[in-house]
Amino acid sequence: MAPAQPLLQVDGVTLQYKTREHLVTATYRVSFDVHPSDRFVLLGPSGCGKSTLLKAVGGYIAPVEGRIRLKGRDVTRPGRDRVMVFQEFDQLLPWKTVRQNVMFALLESGTLAGRDAEERAMTYIDKVNLTRFADAYPHTLSGGMKQRVAIARGMAMEPDILLMDEPFAALDALTRRKMQDDLLQLWEGTGFTILFVTHSIPEAVRIGNRVLLLSPHPGQVWAELNSDGQDRVDPATGQRLSERIHDMLFAGHAVEEKAPPHA
Amino acid sequence: MPEHPAARPEYVRAQVREQDFGVVRKPLGAWERIYSNGFVRKGLILAVLAGIWQIYGIYLNNPLLLPTFFATLLSFFERIVSGELPLKALTSIEVLLQGYAIGLVLALVFTIVAITTRIGNDLLETLTAMFNPLPAIALLPLALIWFGLGSPSIVFVLVHAVLWPVALNTHSGFQGVSGTLRMVGRNYGLSGVRYVWKILIPAAFPSILSGLKIGWAFAWRTLIAAELVFGTTSGSGGLGWFIYENKNTLDIPAVFAGLFTVILIGLLVESLIFRTVERHTVRRWGMHV
Repeated sequence: MAPAQPLLQVDGVTLQYKTREHLVTATYRVSFDVHPSDRFVLLGPSGCGKSTLLKAVGGYIAPVEGRIRLKGRDVTRPGRDRVMVFQEFDQLLPWKTVRQNVMFALLESGTLAGRDAEERAMTYIDKVNLTRFADAYPHTLSGGMKQRVAIARGMAMEPDILLMDEPFAALDALTRRKMQDDLLQLWEGTGFTILFVTHSIPEAVRIGNRVLLLSPHPGQVWAELNSDGQDRVDPATGQRLSERIHDMLFAGHAVEEKAPPHA
Repeated sequence: MPEHPAARPEYVRAQVREQDFGVVRKPLGAWERIYSNGFVRKGLILAVLAGIWQIYGIYLNNPLLLPTFFATLLSFFERIVSGELPLKALTSIEVLLQGYAIGLVLALVFTIVAITTRIGNDLLETLTAMFNPLPAIALLPLALIWFGLGSPSIVFVLVHAVLWPVALNTHSGFQGVSGTLRMVGRNYGLSGVRYVWKILIPAAFPSILSGLKIGWAFAWRTLIAAELVFGTTSGSGGLGWFIYENKNTLDIPAVFAGLFTVILIGLLVESLIFRTVERHTVRRWGMHV
């Protein structure tokens, strides 16, 4: 099968933002392609600009250099074809119930209206197993449930790509693990495209089929690796994928340099 | 080297079955339940205060200085039945609502300009810094020169009393709206007025509501004070005028009755209107601070 046309093309993107005193370069000439149905993970230590990169794909920040294209069209501003799911629990509108939150997205974006919006909302609320809580206000839900609502809201939009900014980072370890399984299960069902940001190596290995490693200050592409989610030992190197990533991020040099010199 | 704690045996205990407990859930006694009601406790305090007032009034025996509680109550009901107090209260509330409404609209316009432009932001900050500490009543002499004796002067002063605290609270509420919520709004294509209406105002509602409450309290005080200072233009003044008039005729129980009405209306608005709004909005949404 011929490789499909990439869905999202990030091409030589340099991002900068201003603080009170400095102009900070967050990423430097980062390039990668995301294909349809990818679970593409941006992984790196804090300060590698992965969240900034995600916001640029979301259309909130314009690159100072390079291009971001979705289905061949330049990304210039936020839009309903790229829905963000954030880490913060306050991404849900506290004055709306679970059902209204999901419907809000559909209605305000002009995706659907009336009964269609409600039906679609309930379908996705059901997918994340929150049907019983459809009429609950967000403040009565646990952290994991809130994130599931946010995921349902994002998926209900049926965007070209779902942008997830460390969505499970504020959850406790058990819930986090459960949410990762749930996300994978949802993906099995629909095959939607995900661009997922995390700083957790095990999470990247579990969630992603493709992992982009970024180096910090400013973020540059270090490697792009495949993952089957199992973290198996690679017979060639005798290392697990997570160990390999760990070595690359923390030993401060690329894995190729580990090969014996003059080999 | 640290000393290790002494070794102790482990144990596992059988759990007592629920039906073997003495008390798992038992309704509280009648007295306990009545006493846990805030209204009852506060009513009790009011009754004690009224009792002290009554006893001291009788002991003083000088209705010109301090009429007794029951004399005040009697005067209050007489004036209500005669229709005088309700009329004065209505006059006051009418003027108040005009000032309050104009103040709110202006506050909304100011804050929207302030959040959309940087210079608007600076303007609002400078103006609130200047005018918020200035008691509205201090502008009354000027208002009288500009608008003459009449309700426009009072409305002007009221607008001033409402505008700044409401604008200040709304503005700080808007500024406190989390970046995440803002991004969510933009993600679904909200911008301009729809963005303000659908994201900013509900998200900042706790601050806006407390601004509305402060604005109301300021307006109410300012109104009564303004009426006391220059009374009325036409035949029927407001509550402040009622108090002033009765002081002049030395009808002190009526003065107390007037004060009583001022307090009562203030309490009613706070506990009926604002509490209800609060219960149906910020409390329900879990947003109260």
